[in-house]
Amino acid sequence: MEKPPNSRHQIDGEIWWPALVATVVKLLLIPAYRSTDFEVHRNWLALTHSLPLSQWYSDTTSQWTLDYPPFFAYFEKFLSFFASRVDPTMTHLHHGLNYASERTILFQRLSVTLSDSVLVYSAYRLTRNRNFSSFERFLIWALVIWSPGLFIVDHLHFQYNGFLLGMLLLSISFLEEGKDLVGGFFFAVLLCFKHLFAVAAPVYFVYLFRHYCRGGLVKGFGRLVLIGSVVLVVFAAAYGPFLYYGQMQEVFRRMFPFGRGLCHAYWAPNFWVFYIMLDKFLAFWLVKLGFNIQAPKASFTGGLVGDSSPFAVLPTITPLITFITVLLAISPCLVKAWRNPQPRMVSKWVSYAYTCGFLFGWHVHEKASLHFVIPLASTALTSMEDAKHYFFLSIVSFYSLFPLLFEAQEYPIKVVLLLLHTILMFFGFSSRFPARSATTAGAVVKGRDKTSETPAFHIGWFGKSCLFGLLFVEIWGQFVHRMVLGDRLPFLPLMMISIYCALGMIYSWIWQLRHIILIH
Amino acid sequence: MNDCPSEKNHTLLNPKTLLRVTNAVHQTNTAAGPESDPNTNIWSFITTRSTSSWFLCISLFAVLIRLAVALHPYSGAHTPPMFGDYEAQRHWMEITVNLPVKDWYRNSTVNDLGYWGLDYPPLTAYQSYFHGILLEFFDPASVALFTSRGYESYIGKLLMRWTVLMSDLMIFFPAVLYFITVYYSGKTTGDRSNMAWHTLMILLNPCIILIDHGHFQYNCISLGLTLAAIAAILSDRNLVGSMLFCLALNHKQMSAYYAPAFFGYLLGKSVRRKNPILEILKLGFVVLCTFALVWWPYLHSMDASLEVLSRLAPFERGIYEDYVANFWCATSVVVKWKRLFSTQLLKLLSLTATVSACIPSMIQLIWSPTKRGFLQGLLNCSLSFYLFSFQVHEKSILLPLLPASFLALEEPFIFRWLMYNALLSMFPLLRRDGLVLPYAALYGLFILLYHAPGVRKDARKPDFYSSVLESSAFACSLFLHIIYLTITPPDKYPFLFEAVIMIFCFSQFVLSSIYLNTKQWALSKSSTQVDARKKSL
Repeated sequence: MEKPPNSRHQIDGEIWWPALVATVVKLLLIPAYRSTDFEVHRNWLALTHSLPLSQWYSDTTSQWTLDYPPFFAYFEKFLSFFASRVDPTMTHLHHGLNYASERTILFQRLSVTLSDSVLVYSAYRLTRNRNFSSFERFLIWALVIWSPGLFIVDHLHFQYNGFLLGMLLLSISFLEEGKDLVGGFFFAVLLCFKHLFAVAAPVYFVYLFRHYCRGGLVKGFGRLVLIGSVVLVVFAAAYGPFLYYGQMQEVFRRMFPFGRGLCHAYWAPNFWVFYIMLDKFLAFWLVKLGFNIQAPKASFTGGLVGDSSPFAVLPTITPLITFITVLLAISPCLVKAWRNPQPRMVSKWVSYAYTCGFLFGWHVHEKASLHFVIPLASTALTSMEDAKHYFFLSIVSFYSLFPLLFEAQEYPIKVVLLLLHTILMFFGFSSRFPARSATTAGAVVKGRDKTSETPAFHIGWFGKSCLFGLLFVEIWGQFVHRMVLGDRLPFLPLMMISIYCALGMIYSWIWQLRHIILIH
Repeated sequence: MNDCPSEKNHTLLNPKTLLRVTNAVHQTNTAAGPESDPNTNIWSFITTRSTSSWFLCISLFAVLIRLAVALHPYSGAHTPPMFGDYEAQRHWMEITVNLPVKDWYRNSTVNDLGYWGLDYPPLTAYQSYFHGILLEFFDPASVALFTSRGYESYIGKLLMRWTVLMSDLMIFFPAVLYFITVYYSGKTTGDRSNMAWHTLMILLNPCIILIDHGHFQYNCISLGLTLAAIAAILSDRNLVGSMLFCLALNHKQMSAYYAPAFFGYLLGKSVRRKNPILEILKLGFVVLCTFALVWWPYLHSMDASLEVLSRLAPFERGIYEDYVANFWCATSVVVKWKRLFSTQLLKLLSLTATVSACIPSMIQLIWSPTKRGFLQGLLNCSLSFYLFSFQVHEKSILLPLLPASFLALEEPFIFRWLMYNALLSMFPLLRRDGLVLPYAALYGLFILLYHAPGVRKDARKPDFYSSVLESSAFACSLFLHIIYLTITPPDKYPFLFEAVIMIFCFSQFVLSSIYLNTKQWALSKSSTQVDARKKSL
């Protein structure tokens, strides 16, 4: 027992190592491909820098209008303070349009890399008080900080997910320690940074209500008032100025653009992929059978056009339907949280809520899968089942991000990132869950030998065939498709990725649901 | 609220009781011995696996870093009319793909040797030919005769980068694996735990990555062949080793930096065999055959071979170019070598200086050819060549760095030291190429990997003086970096900072060279003592 304090002291310093190695890779990736999101964020820098607060949400100089909640706008304002010193054109509303000087790229990329320190701290905090061995800690840090998903989305495609997810992990880590008020505070702050995280709000609400607001009617009510006022203060700090300027309508119109359609340009691998496929399938066969089916005028990805439905046969899906579906899907978890609010389950419940939001939500981006894959990393080592589930989920979800990077230069990078992740994870899990034979002498008897032995971490024939399926989808899409079909069916490779990953996501959803219902 | 068990969880989360429980669980679970216990070393989940598994892991990381460095600009990007090494390599592909073999080294209307004429031995030409065919298949415009001069495009850059990566993967990576397995074959398990770290040090050498995948060259081929040759000789396959080394020589004549060490060690070993003459004849035969094979297209006439040979020794380019941290360039601040002496005399001077700097190490190798001595000798000879030979380039520091990385475990200080100074000595070159960012990143990565947590617990603690010395020199180096980046030199001395950096690095290299030579001689003393003890027993 003399060892732990000493070794703990050593470990504390060690998170800097994986974090700095990741930073080196991020620095090297600076000149790589960046999506239009780069220009989006640059425009927000210019917008917040050159316009008064009252016009932030009504400006239409660029098509990339501000559509994140106020805290993110403040964050951009804070960054623009430095940005205007680095390169004044970057923060110029008109001259800066589509501006990407070397300094601009460097500044914006570095701002993402630096803001990732929140993620690093939260990963450290998440593993600090739990009884992990130094190896387990390291593995969790590697899963979070070296996650290929974050590299692809944040440091190649360009977004600020690392720091937002860091905030989520921070909130979860406080809840796990029983510091509910601080946990709730950080979640409220997170919501004011990016409202897409609101999917887990019901879970937070039920959990905090049952776990924090207890201890009798008076004390419970007092705590409810306390946490309610904390949340209110956070929201007031965010939206207060806009309320003052009478901008609330503009803010909400920007934040909830329901006119965008059920699916994003590339179909996120969720439940609606199957719904659309079923519709196409039915339409195809009904036309063959002689029914008169009108081809839909509106597309799934584009804006909502009048009353016309993008579906040929099946009923139209409205935002309200997706909202109710998501809530229904979360409800088992809410019941569990109501009955038995345990801190150790928080990260699983929150991840589950984001899974539901991803599968059934309206206009879901493929990037949203990070919202549950990253938090689940901290629970991946709880049991072999968890590890197996995480192994699949992370591979599928990171693979589903592949279409984000479509240029040749980044192709080998994303493949190597995923391979490295898979191999490290496989080695890590199989070292954490080695084969254990029973130590009792009776177990040596042949008949019993099988029942008392736990095999090492393995993925089984089913898992292997799933991974080979993934490999097939990728090889088909990249190489075979063009050779066999030429220019015909150009959407097929992407559709295959969508469908294949959607299957994986649904598997993960069912596994998580079962796990949450069964576990005590 | 009684049904809420979270209070229990609270008590479970923090106190020592649970720690004791989990510790007990861990002890029973990991009964496989201390070696595989993940609690002792966070890396054991990789290092306790088979060699091929962890090598695959490290290789993937190495590939990732190379791919990321390759995103950055290459030498001479968008700088007509001459561009840089990238254009040279591309031009060689253009020439070899479009002209018959006999015209590759010959000045003609279709092959202007003044514009990046081929000046590496035939193996480089063959390599350019194969890569040229690949490029022609995917992007014919990039190797078209005449019209492709200064050709720069997204896909062209990508294909060129991938040919380097391919060569690296096909030659350097397997050579590292070969070397590591040979080097650690007779070692104890304690030493073997450092295998992965050592591999990392050789495979992620920042200088080689920056020059090959950033600046753009194919050093990985000649260095990989040399590495394989060394591994073969360490495992007593002398003939295979000499053949591989001849191939390395025929890819880049700079590999001759290692030649005295190979010569000395092989001679020393052969002399101690039963039939020394036969051994030497066998080696000579292999060397001649390899050379004949590589030079076959040019052996039909004396003129043709001399034509190629004259291309390989560009004496007209002067004793040094740019700012290289070697003797001639460093002393030129005081003695204007180029003005005072004729090229002929300088050739003789540099030859004498180089040979006399190599001689001690070579004699030691002939005297007592040990494996450790061989590695030290490789380092000493290549360093002497770098310091004293004719027409040395900044990039030639890669050659001493390779054997230095073999000694990463035995001589960690000198390895680290050479690496820092080699990086600094190439800094002006890499800055010109626009590679400051990857330079800084790889510098940082090297320090991080060198000091990776949980590996290589060095038993020897550095004493106070050497650590003070090291940190002050490191501070100096950092200072020079910052000055070079931020301050514009006075108009009168536009290359002032380059000269300061060069003189600083030169002094460090000379000190390292002296230290390493004494070390090598100390080896033979200790080995003779061991021999004497054995005999007396």
